Amino acid sequence: MKFGVVVFPGSNCDHDTYHVVSKVIGQPVDFIWHKEEQIDRFDAIILPGGFSYGDYLRSGAIARFSPVMRSVRQFAEEGGLVMGICNGFQILCEAGLLPGALLRNRDLRFICEHINIRVERVDTPFTSACEPRQVLSLPIAHGEGNYFCDPETLDALEREGRVIFRYCDAEGSVTDESNPNGSLNNIAGICNSERNVLGLMPHPERASESLLGSSDGRAIFLSMADSLREMIKLRA
Amino acid sequence: MDITPELLDQHNLTEPEYGRIKELLGREPSFTELGIFSVMWSEHCSYKSSKIHLRRLPTEGECLVQGPGENAGIVDIGDGWCVAFKIESHNHPSFIEPYQGAATGVGGILRDIFTMGARPVASMNSLRFGPIRDEDSTGDESGKIIQRNRRIMAGVVKGLGDYGNAFGVPTIGGEVYFADCYSLNPLVNAFALGLVRREQIFYGKAEGIGNSVIYVGAKTGRDGIHGATMASAEFDEAAMEKRPTVQVGDPFAEKLLLEACLEAMRDGAIVGIQDMGAAGLTSSSCEMGARAGTGIEINLDLVPQRETAMTAYEMMLSESQERMLIVSERGRERQVLEIFQRWDLDAVIIGRVTGDQRLRVVHNGTVVADIPNVALTDEAPRYDRPQIAIIINTENVEPKITAGLKKVETEIRAATRTQVMTEALRRLIVSPNLASKEWVYRQYDHMVRTNTVVLPGSDAAVIRVKETRRSLAMSLDANGRYCRLNPREGARLAVAESARNVVCSGARPLAVTNCLNFASPERPEVMRSFSETIDGMAEACLAFGTPVTGGNVSFYNETEGRGIHPTPVIGMIGVIEEARHTTTQWFNEPGETILLLGLTRGDLGASELLMTLTGEETGAVPTLDLESEKAVQNVCLTAIKAGLVSSAHDCSDGGLAVALAESCFSSYRRAAQGASIDLDAHAAESDQHDVASLLFAESPSRIILSAKPENIAEIEKLAKEAGAACVRIGEVGGSDLTIRLGGEMLIEASVESLETAWRSALSFHLDRPAQMAAD
Repeated sequence: MKFGVVVFPGSNCDHDTYHVVSKVIGQPVDFIWHKEEQIDRFDAIILPGGFSYGDYLRSGAIARFSPVMRSVRQFAEEGGLVMGICNGFQILCEAGLLPGALLRNRDLRFICEHINIRVERVDTPFTSACEPRQVLSLPIAHGEGNYFCDPETLDALEREGRVIFRYCDAEGSVTDESNPNGSLNNIAGICNSERNVLGLMPHPERASESLLGSSDGRAIFLSMADSLREMIKLRA
Repeated sequence: MDITPELLDQHNLTEPEYGRIKELLGREPSFTELGIFSVMWSEHCSYKSSKIHLRRLPTEGECLVQGPGENAGIVDIGDGWCVAFKIESHNHPSFIEPYQGAATGVGGILRDIFTMGARPVASMNSLRFGPIRDEDSTGDESGKIIQRNRRIMAGVVKGLGDYGNAFGVPTIGGEVYFADCYSLNPLVNAFALGLVRREQIFYGKAEGIGNSVIYVGAKTGRDGIHGATMASAEFDEAAMEKRPTVQVGDPFAEKLLLEACLEAMRDGAIVGIQDMGAAGLTSSSCEMGARAGTGIEINLDLVPQRETAMTAYEMMLSESQERMLIVSERGRERQVLEIFQRWDLDAVIIGRVTGDQRLRVVHNGTVVADIPNVALTDEAPRYDRPQIAIIINTENVEPKITAGLKKVETEIRAATRTQVMTEALRRLIVSPNLASKEWVYRQYDHMVRTNTVVLPGSDAAVIRVKETRRSLAMSLDANGRYCRLNPREGARLAVAESARNVVCSGARPLAVTNCLNFASPERPEVMRSFSETIDGMAEACLAFGTPVTGGNVSFYNETEGRGIHPTPVIGMIGVIEEARHTTTQWFNEPGETILLLGLTRGDLGASELLMTLTGEETGAVPTLDLESEKAVQNVCLTAIKAGLVSSAHDCSDGGLAVALAESCFSSYRRAAQGASIDLDAHAAESDQHDVASLLFAESPSRIILSAKPENIAEIEKLAKEAGAACVRIGEVGGSDLTIRLGGEMLIEASVESLETAWRSALSFHLDRPAQMAAD
C-alpha cells in the first residue's frame, strides 16, 4: 500500500498530510512533484491544501492544467482513491473530477476555526471507519469554501448519496448557524458517482493527533487505509 | 549632475552628512551613489539615532548562537535544534497602503528567518490602531477618522492573513490595541520564528574572493524605491502621495523562494545569503561584503527586470519583494541555478566577490557606483541626539476613578455596588483593548503545519517541535500608555509581562527580540524616552536572564506633528521541556481551587479601568519589583513542571476581575466555567481594601492558578519557600462569576452573558453595514 501526496509549488499542507499518513497511521507515503506524470506506483493520491499556483486567479484554476493532474484523472478513472483536501477539493472541482465550484465565503473573509461536520455516508472508502452520522470536529482554513452547483447537480448529489460531509452543530444538527461559509445544503464534502474521488474543505490532517485538540480526522485516513487493504486483497 | 540643497532634502540627507559623504569618497558622489548613501544612511537602515543606546542592551546568554547584527537572532533549544526569530515594523507603509504594507511586512520578516537557513514555523504580530468605536469619537472630523481606522485595521489584518496563509506559516498570536495616537500612525510589527539545525545555519556573509554573486527570486521593478527613506521621516498631509513607495507582495513567489533556498542550502553550494529587504540590492550587497571583510562587484545589466529602461539608481533602490542575494562557491553555481529553475524562479549570476572591500556597480559598461563598504555601514552617521528631562506622571487617579464609578452608578441607575462593579467589568471586557480578538485571528490560518498546541487566545502561543519532545512558547507585549507616562517602568513592565505570559504556558523564558516604535528622534523628549526605554528593557532582560537577540527600531511614527506613545514591543520566546507541561489560562473543571500568586496594590494609574471610565490616560504606572516578579514566576513554573497546576493566567490589563472572567470563558472543546471568589484573604495579605483596586488594579507580578484541591498544599509550600504571596481565592464551578469581599457581593454575572458580550464586541464595531458601505 502506498499513499502519494501531490506537491504543487504553492501547496502548504503537503508536509502535514505526509506526517499524518506516515507517522500517525503508519503507512508508506511519498511526495509527487506537480511536474511528474508517472504515478502508477501509488494506491491512493491526496491533493493537499495550500495555494497550488498562488491562486490569484481562482483557486485551482491553473492547477487543473498541471502535468500531474492529467495522470490523477487517469488514476481516478481506473478506480484509484483520490482525496482532495481544501485546495485539493477546489482543484478537483476545477479539473471536473467533482461537480460544482467553491465560491468565496459568504462573509468574503478567510476563516480559520474548528467546525463540526456530520458524516452523511459511511459507504465510501473514505468514511468506512466512521459511525453513521458521526460528528467530527475538524478545522477549516479557507477563503473560498462556499460550495455551489446548479440545482440539477445538487439534486443528483443528494439523490445519489454523494454528499459525504455536512457542516453541523456539536449535536449533529444541520443549521444555518453551523454553516461557516454559505455552502449549499451545508455541504462540506462530496464524492463522485463512482465513490472513489472525495473532496472536502475541512482539514482532517490537522485533527489527527490529540495533542492538537482533536483526533477526529484520523478516521478518514484509517478508512482509506482499510479500503486500500481490501482493494489490494481483491486484486490479489 | 549638480547636487543641490533641494536634491539633498529629497534624499533626507543633511549638509553635514553630505560633507561626510564627499570626505569618505574623496570626491563628489554620482547620482546613483547619492541614492545609495541616502538609503543606507537613512534612520531605518543605519540606526543612526539609536545605535549608541542599543549597545546598552544585554546580548549575551548561554543559549545564544547569534545576537544582533544578522538578519535574525538565533538561540539553541537543545537536541541540536536552534530557533531563529525576529520582529520588524512595517508601520509607515501600512498607513499609506494597509493591505500591501502589512502583507509585505510579513514577507520581509519571513525572508529574514529563512535567509538564516531556518524554516519559518510560526508568526505573530503586534498591532496598534486608532479608536474604532463610535463612542470614542470626539470633535468634528472624528467620525471620518474612526471610519478610516476601521478600514486601516481591516486592510492590515487581511494583508497579514493573506500573505501568511498563502505562504503556509501559522499566525498563532500577538496583540491588538487601540489609542488615539495611533489614528494617523498605525503600528504593524510582524514577528516570525523558524527552526534550523545548528550546523545548517547560514549567514549574510560574502566570503571567498572570486565566488559568484547570484540574484534569485522575483524580478526588479520600480516599486518601493526609497521605501527606507520614506520610513525614516514623519508624514504630512501629502502622505498618500507616497503610495508608490509601498511594495506589492507575492506570497506565492515567497513560498517558491523559501523552498528553493532551503533546498540550495542543503545542497551545500551556498556560502552566504541575504534577503533584499529595505534598500534592496544596495543593502544586501554592501552588508554581505562588510560582514565578510570582502567586496562585491555587480553588473546591473544582468539583473532580471520587470520594467524597461530602469536606471542604475532605480535598480539599486528598488524594494521589489521576494528577492535574495546569494554568494555561491565558484564552480558550483550551476547547482544553485538548477534548483531555482526547478522552482521556476529567476536565478542569475550578476557579479563576484572581490578583495577590495568596496561595493562596485556597473551599468551599461560603466562604473556607476564605487563605494567602500564601511562608508555605508560602520561609517554611517551616529548621533547622540539631544535629550531633555521628561516629567514622570505621578498623578493620583483615585478621585477620577471614584467619579467615574459614580457616573456608571447614575447611568445604569444602580441600586447596589454589585451592579456598579459588575457593569464596570462588563464595560471593560467589551472595550476594544480587552475584547476577544477572534475577529482578527479567525482570518489567520493559525493551524497550518500542525504544530499549534495552544490555539490563539491564551497568554502565550505554543507550538510543538515535531523533531523533539519540546515545545516553544512565545508572546508579544507592549503597553504604550505606561511607556508614555513612565518609559523606563513601562519597558520593564513589558518585559516582565512577556516573561510571565511565557511562564504561564509552562515555558522557561529564553530570549527576547524587540521592536521599538517611537516618534521623531529629533525631538529631545522622544529621544529621552527612547533612552529610558532601553535602560528599562536592559534591566529587566538582565534580571530574567533573557538576552536581546536583535530587533528593529522604528522612529518618525509621527503625522502632522502628532507622534505615537513610546511603544516598545517585546517578543519573548521560551522552551517547554515536556509537552505535558503545556498549560493554558482556562479553568478546567468544577471543584478546582483558585489561587492568586502575588499582591494587589492601588495600581489604577494608566489602567484600562481609568481609560474605560474617563477616557483619560494619566496617573502613576505600576512599579515592578523584579525580585517579587521572579519569585512569582518561579513558583508558577515549578508548580507547572511538578504537574500540580490545571491552569495559569497572567493578571494584567483590566486587573483581577478581567483575568478571572477570561479564565472562565469557554475555549475549544472546553465548556465555560463559573467561579466563586472571595477576596478577604488576598485583601488582608495585600493590605489593600479599596474595592476598585482589588478588582481592577493592574499590579504586576500576579498569576491566577487553578489546581486540584489535593495539590494546593504543595503549591503553597513552594510559594512560601520562594517568598511569594499565595492565597486561595475561590473555587471553579457553577455558571456565574461571583466575587465577594467582607461578605459583600462585588461582582455577580453569568459567565455566558459576559462571554457573549466579550466575544462579539470587535465584530460589532467592525462588521456593521454602514462600515461596509463606506468601503
